[in-house]
Amino acid sequence: MARITIAQAGDTETVVVTPEFDSVGGDHTLSEGALLESTEASVDEHHTEVFPPFDSTTFASQILWLAISFAALYFIMSRLALPRIGSVLEERRDRIEGDLVEADRLRKKTDDAIASYETALAEARSRAHVIAEQARAESKARIDTERQRIEDDLSKKVAEAEGRIAGTKQKALDHVGEIASETAQAVVGQLLGKVSIADARKAVATVGKE
Amino acid sequence: MANDPIHQFVINDIFTLGTIGGDGTAGSGTTIAFTNSALFMVLTVITISVYLLLSTRGRSLIPNRWQLSSEMTYEFVANMVRSSAGTEGMKFFPFVFSLFMFIFIGNMFGMVPYFFTFTSHIIVTFALSMLVMTVVVVYGFLKNGPRFLKLFVPSGVPGYIIPIVTPIEVISFLSRPISLSVRLFGNMLAGHITLKVFTGFVVSLGSLGALGILGSVLPLFMGVAITALEFMVSTVQAYVFAVLTAMYLNDAIHPSH
Repeated sequence: MARITIAQAGDTETVVVTPEFDSVGGDHTLSEGALLESTEASVDEHHTEVFPPFDSTTFASQILWLAISFAALYFIMSRLALPRIGSVLEERRDRIEGDLVEADRLRKKTDDAIASYETALAEARSRAHVIAEQARAESKARIDTERQRIEDDLSKKVAEAEGRIAGTKQKALDHVGEIASETAQAVVGQLLGKVSIADARKAVATVGKE
Repeated sequence: MANDPIHQFVINDIFTLGTIGGDGTAGSGTTIAFTNSALFMVLTVITISVYLLLSTRGRSLIPNRWQLSSEMTYEFVANMVRSSAGTEGMKFFPFVFSLFMFIFIGNMFGMVPYFFTFTSHIIVTFALSMLVMTVVVVYGFLKNGPRFLKLFVPSGVPGYIIPIVTPIEVISFLSRPISLSVRLFGNMLAGHITLKVFTGFVVSLGSLGALGILGSVLPLFMGVAITALEFMVSTVQAYVFAVLTAMYLNDAIHPSH
């Protein structure tokens, strides 16, 4: 609600803004009040009514402090903070890699030890088998010879005993005729009277031959 | 005007350093001052530096949770740079890391009530993106010489298309600082205005009596939701800025697509 007059005065152009207070409307006073209030809000700083982000009077200060602060930040980051974090990470990576290599080495060593243990075990087992086999054969041979010896001994003893028995039997059989003669003499003597031993013998022999 | 959503972006001088130019009269020339924006830039730098340096003070092989958080941030940005710009790009790692942390912590400071969000000022984000572009152009020419211009002539394109493609590439290159800065600026500005408007509703409606208090429940929930969203946007925008920086640096390192 303002009339803008452009007056030509000589070589300069003057823009005159004349608020028209006489054309009063209800709407008008409200906007006037709002205008006043918003002017008061920003009147202390940069006394402009432009949108603050587009207020070019602040640009120089902002760029200056942006440059200072960002340069400081870049300096601190690139010289202090990032190398420090980087070195910590590097150290950790190296350490982990070293540990992994070491673990791998130890694992390989363990594998080797297990393998050599297993070959030793297999060797020992086969050797033990051989030894057992050998011992078994040896003891078998010893048992066989012993048995042979005992059997021989026994059969010899049996043969001896049999010979002795046969001898005794023969001897006994030899005595049978004598005993028979004597018995016959005695029996006949009892029954028929005296008979000579020679006759008895002859009779027994005759009977024996029949 | 407690509810003025624009008021939060107003720059206040804390102390004045001097005036450049002008004719000596009051109001002329450019005033150089330490402003609330500068205060939060300095606070951001201090916070980042103190945090990173204190948390890694022990340099322990087995990190505590503070050190771990710093290491994770480091690894996060390092992986991002490595995947976008390759191993050669790692020489710009401190630069990208500084940018990421500066924007990230700056955005996060903005989420604290009464704190100033310097990333909501176009001049700050524009200066940062111009810094990125300057680094890209200077390094690109230093490393590749005139071959850096191959950036604008994609390989494998038929000759008759080059007159069409090259202007497009040039325009896209020139619009990079604008898109980079406006993206961050716009997100932060819009987010903070939305937040302020919704939470402003809570206060205005709440002052209207019982029905108003009932009605203010909805904007209150919106305010909570938008706060969560803004935290996400703050993180994502810092990440996007850093990723794009790394990709633009990749162009400087390997200009032929």
